[in-house]
Amino acid sequence: MRTNSISRFGNSGISVITDLGRMGVYLLKIFQGCFKLPFRFSEFMRQMHFIGVGSLVVIFFTAASTGMVLGLQGYYSLHKFGAEGMLGSAVSLTLIMELGPVLTALMVAGRAGSAMCAELGIMRISEQIDALECMAIDPFRYLISPKLLAALISVPLLTVLFDVVGIAGGYVAGVHLMGVNPGSYFEGMRSSVTNHDIILGTVKSFVFAILIVWICTGRGYLVHQIRGAGFGAGSVSKVTTQAVVLSSISVLVFDYLLTAILL
Amino acid sequence: MSENAIVFKDVLKSFEKEDGSRQIVLDRVNFVIPAGKTTVVAGGSGQGKSVTLKLILALMQADSGSIIVGGKDITGIRGGRLKKLRTRFGVLFQGAALFDSMTVFDNVALPLRERTKKTEIEIKKQVLESLDQLELLGHENKFPAQLSGGMKKRAGLARALQLQPEIMLFDEPTTGLDPVMTQEIYQLFARTQKLVGYTSIIVSHDIPKIFNLADQVIVLNNGVMDVFPSPEEIQWSQKTHIKNFVQTTMGEIYQSHLVEK
Repeated sequence: MRTNSISRFGNSGISVITDLGRMGVYLLKIFQGCFKLPFRFSEFMRQMHFIGVGSLVVIFFTAASTGMVLGLQGYYSLHKFGAEGMLGSAVSLTLIMELGPVLTALMVAGRAGSAMCAELGIMRISEQIDALECMAIDPFRYLISPKLLAALISVPLLTVLFDVVGIAGGYVAGVHLMGVNPGSYFEGMRSSVTNHDIILGTVKSFVFAILIVWICTGRGYLVHQIRGAGFGAGSVSKVTTQAVVLSSISVLVFDYLLTAILL
Repeated sequence: MSENAIVFKDVLKSFEKEDGSRQIVLDRVNFVIPAGKTTVVAGGSGQGKSVTLKLILALMQADSGSIIVGGKDITGIRGGRLKKLRTRFGVLFQGAALFDSMTVFDNVALPLRERTKKTEIEIKKQVLESLDQLELLGHENKFPAQLSGGMKKRAGLARALQLQPEIMLFDEPTTGLDPVMTQEIYQLFARTQKLVGYTSIIVSHDIPKIFNLADQVIVLNNGVMDVFPSPEEIQWSQKTHIKNFVQTTMGEIYQSHLVEK
């Protein structure tokens, strides 16, 4: 009984390490695929449209509501110290350094990441990826690298949009609803946000874009090798859930790590 | 190409089970697939028929032993050599494996666009000719979801034949097709093989009909392979598992089929 438990624990450990190794090799192959020719410009544009344009509405509404909540909450807290004038600074720094990159990444993971995972999972179980390999077409160059390149451009741009809409939302809540002076809102923002803060937010959005594409496409592409995923349509639904959960957790963990390192 | 298209030497392939133990699918098997002939790989479900195809295509690696394709050992092959090896194969997958987001034309044109330097005009001419031969002309702008099972298989075959493969692999090509369509597909295989001259390996459950096409039959059972130089020789085997296989899969139908043949 005890030996069985130890054996099961050992097997799980080996399985996790194998999975990590497989995902590591997978990431390297995606990067390699980015430099292989011919480049699939049409697929790259399609992915830009899917990840970027397709996420505009969800990013807009998330950013607007987040900014407005920050405006109200910020006003409530700052008002206690008579520091309402710092509202612009509080809202913009929170959005640019933390909430903008993180919430954008979480939205993209939920919307585009899950779709990427399911698409590749279905392609894997219906042997479409095997068919590509049999035609001597590199699936990384053909399918996955355009997704990474599109995400590397789309996610930072979506983050910028999130920041701008969020700051505008904070302005509406703080200035129009709570009566904060508009000049002090923008002056607080102008005086406190530095290039370093913007760079931190941008670096985060690049890292999150890689994490989302890596984890979401990786779970779908490797669905047949994931222990316990099962077979057929059930395995795709399982790994899609797994992909969104894992990528969301990774975004949060890396957010802390990057903040700790770069702040 | 050498006389033997493919040679398996002491090939062992196993898979890890959920409990961590290993299940042996191919137990040090040895066989030869002659060039230009049709070999049928038969056996029950989960006996390693599709695994055998994946090993030939280097989509999987054997645990031990060697696989020789066209005189060259493909064990551990990768990079440019693997790419070169795969250009020699054409594969028709069980579900045809057409790309859902592409039309029939784009599916068939894909290997030409990706693997050759042909112009779009040349590609269009070749693809339309192939579609005409496989009676798919007029359906080139349809998506796979709009095709019947037989049409999907024909489109998959057209795609597989674009680069003039030396070896064609068919993975359960008639699964899900009605008897009339099955017969049509077999006739199509015979016709295209005559036209292109490829070595054909067919994994199939469709016994005994598939034996009409076979020059050689390989039966897989519990990791062991039995090779029969002709389909007729299966019935004379004295091995218990082969006798059982003949009884359960063919029985009297096969006897009458042989008489007809």
